[in-house]
Amino acid sequence: MKYVDEFRDGALARKVAAAIAAEARPSRRYNLMEFCGGHTHAISRYGLADLLPPGIRMIHGPGCPVCVLPIGRIDNAIALAARPGLILCTYADTMRVPASKGLSLLKAKARGADIRMVYSSADAVRIAQEHPDREVVFFAIGFETTTPPTAVAILRAQELSLANFSVFCNHVLTPAAIGNILESKEVRELGTLPLDGFIGPAHVSTVIGSQPYEYFAEEYQRPVVIAGFEPLDVMQAILMLVRQLNDGRAEVENEFTRAVTRDGNAKAKALVAEVFELRRSFEWRGLGEVPYSALKVKAAYAAFDAEARYAITYRSVPDNKACECGAILRGVKEPSDCRVFGTVCTPENPIGSCMVSSEGACAAHYTYGRWKDAAVIAAATA
Amino acid sequence: MNSGRDHYVRPVDFKHGHVDMTHGGGGRAMAQLIDELFLREFDNEWLRQGNDQAAFDVGAGRMVMATDSHVVSPLFFPGGDIGCLSVHGTINDVAMSGAAPLYLAAGFVLEEGFPLADLKRIVASMAAASRAARVPVIAGDTKVVERGKGDGVFITTTGVGIVPPGIHIAGDRAQPGDRILVSGTIGDHGVAIMSLRENLTFETTITSDTAALHGLVAAMIAAAPGIHCLRDPTRGGLATTLNELARQSGCGMVITEQRIPVQPQVNAACEFLGLDPLYVANEGKLVAICAAEDADRLLAAMRAHPLGRNAATIGEVIIDPHHFVQMDTSFGGRRIVDWLTGEQLPRIC
Amino acid sequence: MCLAIPARVVALPALDVARIDLGGVQKEISLALVEDVRIGDYVIVHVGYALTKLDPEEAERTLAMMGEAGLLGGDDGGAAAAGTAATPAPAAEGAE
Repeated sequence: MKYVDEFRDGALARKVAAAIAAEARPSRRYNLMEFCGGHTHAISRYGLADLLPPGIRMIHGPGCPVCVLPIGRIDNAIALAARPGLILCTYADTMRVPASKGLSLLKAKARGADIRMVYSSADAVRIAQEHPDREVVFFAIGFETTTPPTAVAILRAQELSLANFSVFCNHVLTPAAIGNILESKEVRELGTLPLDGFIGPAHVSTVIGSQPYEYFAEEYQRPVVIAGFEPLDVMQAILMLVRQLNDGRAEVENEFTRAVTRDGNAKAKALVAEVFELRRSFEWRGLGEVPYSALKVKAAYAAFDAEARYAITYRSVPDNKACECGAILRGVKEPSDCRVFGTVCTPENPIGSCMVSSEGACAAHYTYGRWKDAAVIAAATA
Repeated sequence: MNSGRDHYVRPVDFKHGHVDMTHGGGGRAMAQLIDELFLREFDNEWLRQGNDQAAFDVGAGRMVMATDSHVVSPLFFPGGDIGCLSVHGTINDVAMSGAAPLYLAAGFVLEEGFPLADLKRIVASMAAASRAARVPVIAGDTKVVERGKGDGVFITTTGVGIVPPGIHIAGDRAQPGDRILVSGTIGDHGVAIMSLRENLTFETTITSDTAALHGLVAAMIAAAPGIHCLRDPTRGGLATTLNELARQSGCGMVITEQRIPVQPQVNAACEFLGLDPLYVANEGKLVAICAAEDADRLLAAMRAHPLGRNAATIGEVIIDPHHFVQMDTSFGGRRIVDWLTGEQLPRIC
Repeated sequence: MCLAIPARVVALPALDVARIDLGGVQKEISLALVEDVRIGDYVIVHVGYALTKLDPEEAERTLAMMGEAGLLGGDDGGAAAAGTAATPAPAAEGAE
């Protein structure tokens, strides 16, 4: 696969790893947050931690739209699906997230709710066309990468004069989340979360461009390197961050130049601005209320807004008391710090969202880190 | 009025007819369906006797029995259908013990309303698979459930075989130092099925690899009678099978990603959907674990067989109290290949 | 997040629709979010939509930069990131 395989090349990886090892100063630590869940997944899937020197610590950030979706919003989606005759279309990622009363979309489906997994928002529109007698709701989640496809779906539904299609909008914004972390007391005041730099999201940045991160680099004096999705991209971005930190620079650099420009995708941004507007505040699982961090459907398109159409009321549901997803999403705690990690809370029986999504910090650690923990214990007791 | 022996019985309408409750009722309609479809397609000396059971002599040796229920959806897919899948699946389960499969039994649960044309197509496919494998279906049963209570058709097949003397193949026999082999490319069946799932349509020339593996197994045993383990990685894929064997045998494994054969299109389809080929189902492949000194001979025997052309040695068994299956990634790092969690679903994130 | 893959455009069967090919697997996707896409271009595909075109020259440049990673760098960090020629890396400071 062109433009994929080349960026997974083991020989190049060794070169970049050697450069990182040579340039990372043994006298300091480099605490780098990879914001995006896809990067978390790449790091575990390719065993990147093996290739980094011990002074580099990767902190998993909250860039996993499934992980930050509050329980209350899943409850809303389940309630929608329970309405007689309604078809709820969703990306498969949300199906197993545990919600209230021991339910999930998957369990609701087993109980008879008409919930259909779709690959694209266009599929949801098609289903609405094919079933004019049924109400169809598209459960929209995701960061800025996934928002333009939802905008296109709404505009298409309008073009087709569909009277039975609407969107339950849960789109969230990356810069707001980054700001929230940098403003958190652990980072700002307490210094309990040492955070030196960010690996910026790959595909979000193809849409929003590299420009929005310039504020963070400047205001908080932390370097940001936007990285592509492949393991070599991540390694190269780590090298670029190490260099910036060694030089005392705090700039926005772009490793993913083959797909990201400073301005991003103007057409996509315009379509999003046409259909959506900012919510004053939105609850993020683990981060609490974050101002201007999420989108809702504009009044002009209210006919396609499920929240208006079905008078959905949101009820905040607190996480299980033992669940540390909140702290983990903010990078303040590690999965192994959570009392229920690996015992009660496992991928088969997830208590919190960090364990449900394959790129959540806990799922990643369970799959990858658990082995390393065991190896360390085995070596110590040998 | 003619009450004689030659009154006309209308044949079953396989073109336009549908299963109805009388087909499972035990009466004339059921007898007719059995006669005109099952007996006609499977046709062998046991079924011709018309008893409720089939009698056969057993030679000396240990008998092996296996059973499988098949609920695959869609029923027809590139490379096969639920019919041949059910024949191959049970033949393979029996064969993984080293036994030569001898006979099959097949039970059908049909949903009221199921098109008889499809049923005929499925049964014909089963019969063809059974004949090609030389393992006859000698007993069977049919039931019908009301509309809405079944997914078209469920098939259960049971098979028996005899293990040749001196052969002892089981999931707990892997030992540290053993080599791990796989008989060919992984992920084909799962991707072929996935390509037909609603809302996931993508175009690919990948076909299911469904196949009866007992001939391959026989060739493997002839070359290396001391094989320790054999298993076919069906649901849950190669990763699940390796984890099962590791746990049963009480050891760990290390495999090398680069050595695992995967078709480029299977890789690409998995990229699209965010799936890992290691967890995607196979229906015509097997995993073998043998002592290091047998590995080369075994590999050669597999590659010489049409169903093992792409066989490869992918790793080895090690001491590990945690029973982890570890993988050296093509990128250079190492990770574990864990048990599958639930059903592998496509993802956007 | 945001599983997206680069795929080659092999046909343009309708307005705003492209048929893409990744490793032999083909799919039709929407071009509603991009402009000026030609057959032979590579696009980044996410949930059935092309998000942007992939720039082949930048891809080559990035790979070249990675290939030189062992040679460049150290105090030359900035120049290395910009892909300019540089001196070999100084010896790594302080061993264990």
